[in-house]
Amino acid sequence: MMRSRDTDWEGVRLHVVTGKGGTGKTTVAAALALALSYDGRQVLLIEAEGRQGIARLFDCPPLPYAERKVGIGIGEDGRPGGDLYALAVDPEGALLDYLEMFYGLRHAGQALTRLGLVDFATTIAPGLSDVLRTGKATEATRRQAGGRDVYDAVVMDAPPTGRIGRFLNVSVEVSGLAKVGPVRAHADSVARVIRSPQTAVHFVTTLEEMPIQETLDGLAEMRGLGIQVGGIFINMVHPDGLEEAHLKAAAEGRTDEAEIALGLKAAGLADAQTLAAGLAIELAEHARNVALQERERRELAAAGQPRYELPAITDGIDLGGLYKLAEVLRDQGAA
Amino acid sequence: MNQPSVPPRLDADALIDDRRTRIIVCCGSGGVGKTTAAAAIGLRAAERGRHVVVLTVDPARRLAQAMGLTYLDNTPRPVDTGLSSGGSLHAMMLDMKRTFDEIVEAHADPDRAAQILANPFYQSLSSSFAGTQEYMAMEKLGQLHRTDEWDLIVVDTPPSRSALDFLDAPQRLGRFLDGRLIRLLTAPAKPGRAYLKMLNAGFSLVTGTLTKVLGAQVLKDMQTFVTAFDTMFGGFRERAETTYRLLQTPGTAFIVVAAPEPDALREASYFVERLAGERMPLAGLVLNRVHVPAATRLSAARSIAAAETLENHEMPNGTVENGTAENGTAESASPARYALAAGVLRLHAERMQLAVRERRVAEHFTAAHPTVPVVEVAAQPEDVHDLEGLRAIGMGLASQPASG
Repeated sequence: MMRSRDTDWEGVRLHVVTGKGGTGKTTVAAALALALSYDGRQVLLIEAEGRQGIARLFDCPPLPYAERKVGIGIGEDGRPGGDLYALAVDPEGALLDYLEMFYGLRHAGQALTRLGLVDFATTIAPGLSDVLRTGKATEATRRQAGGRDVYDAVVMDAPPTGRIGRFLNVSVEVSGLAKVGPVRAHADSVARVIRSPQTAVHFVTTLEEMPIQETLDGLAEMRGLGIQVGGIFINMVHPDGLEEAHLKAAAEGRTDEAEIALGLKAAGLADAQTLAAGLAIELAEHARNVALQERERRELAAAGQPRYELPAITDGIDLGGLYKLAEVLRDQGAA
Repeated sequence: MNQPSVPPRLDADALIDDRRTRIIVCCGSGGVGKTTAAAAIGLRAAERGRHVVVLTVDPARRLAQAMGLTYLDNTPRPVDTGLSSGGSLHAMMLDMKRTFDEIVEAHADPDRAAQILANPFYQSLSSSFAGTQEYMAMEKLGQLHRTDEWDLIVVDTPPSRSALDFLDAPQRLGRFLDGRLIRLLTAPAKPGRAYLKMLNAGFSLVTGTLTKVLGAQVLKDMQTFVTAFDTMFGGFRERAETTYRLLQTPGTAFIVVAAPEPDALREASYFVERLAGERMPLAGLVLNRVHVPAATRLSAARSIAAAETLENHEMPNGTVENGTAENGTAESASPARYALAAGVLRLHAERMQLAVRERRVAEHFTAAHPTVPVVEVAAQPEDVHDLEGLRAIGMGLASQPASG
């Protein structure tokens, strides 16, 4: 694969991936992280909601609260891929981290955990738990060692579209609780990174009505919050290899059953007439779906963001499938 | 492998025609069509003479419009169905904050209520606590049940990752409101307690750290909230427990909704086991969005083989179809002649593969839960937009062609 052109997201270092549940958000986040770790680039993939979906995808034991290498990016033109690290961030670990990093209070943090403070913070005020998690992502994004960035890119598998606004709008969520004070200051500094051009929020959708509606609502919400919108990742696309004329005819109920029957007969299938009738029904249903999907695509196009299409991987996604998706994303310029 | 067991069929009509059925709870993981199923069951029950209220939590916009719910107002609204069955249908969308506010107003004196409603921690808890929606759905269910205005309540559970959240979240809220830290925080407001001394060291560590991290004002707000809320904790737990017991009575029927996908059915499986453990009555599983090919006789493998035959225009007798003298034209004309047939064969193969996968995960479920009745609803090309669409789903729930 030869590519010298820029990717669509030069300058973006924190990629936040959201989408309606069931659209394959975690898979796309993982594929994007793999795609970004080309050419020796170091990438961190963060799972913001403890489901251990990333560990399942990379076929490794459950991720601890620690940055652990899970894979190597795609090598290109003889240059090796970079390292991909992953981290499952939970509010408890993030709180201990935060207390230690900013206050040197590791022990006090552990005492608070035992007393149920973390439970308390995350139940009564999810805004606090959100700022701890987004704070971890922005910290990793800004972390430096020896005068250079530790990570070239950070990808966060974020909460679904229904909650993404609240999740990212940390300073407002926290300011309801804390007018002044250290946690407020922390939230404000996290918010500055999230609203900077370094951060982009990508949306994962399938070509179905509800995920698309949620994507469009989410885009509008991000724009309203002053957070940069990234790409729209259309997931699980089924190519059908059918000719447009055939689809059009099928959608209008003009499928040539005799033509199908002739083909079935030529292929040596028995009872070609009956079979052709059944297949014509399937084709008509499919054509209707394709027409609906075209409508959905136009709706997404109107949003004016770069779009990427990822093929459906049947029979469950594994590491091989993940690399395939990563290559597709590289080819389309997402990374 | 043994012959896969065929599950008993879930008979939705028998369930809604049975006047003893007073509550139907639709649960399942997110994105499986739970809300649509609840609305379809409600509509069908109303058309069969029941007085129904559907309590939905977060309906898709067009489904809400289909039921005439244009805004969220926490009150059951009549749905214009043009019914002549003697039944009726109401629908409402849950407003969790409003429900919470109403509880506070009903159970605290006006001064204290105002103090609670204005507290930033109450505002955070009532609008975004992870279990509040589930708790308030239960609370609303209890309220609707107590009014006795409807003879059937259909509940759509909040969208969550796990179906179990509906059962667990209310108790989590109860536990939380009764938690150790809460007691610790309220302690300074009640001086003179003996255990205070013992806790003192721990307490100053906590308050010290909290003040450092959160700021003194936050801690003070937290304490004010907890103190103001203190007298209400018991009531919360009690009502949650009452509703929980209501869910264990025979008048309740749980319907688990799942799509024929491994994750959704795994969730359904957990839920079924949990219901059994809680002695909560399970009516059955709605297997939603099942893909049924129109021509099931032709397997995926044979379909692909036939498509390949046509694409290579290699005829079954082993000879390549001969295009007489003008070789070039014949070679391009032949695959084109069969392009449509090859295309539909490939399409069919994909559908058969999908159908086989779906069948396999459904069989896994039935193998683990052989006695759970199942009804399958075919995938619809479009989301439901109107009552007609809901009726179609209701029909699907009620009548089932024999499946092989």
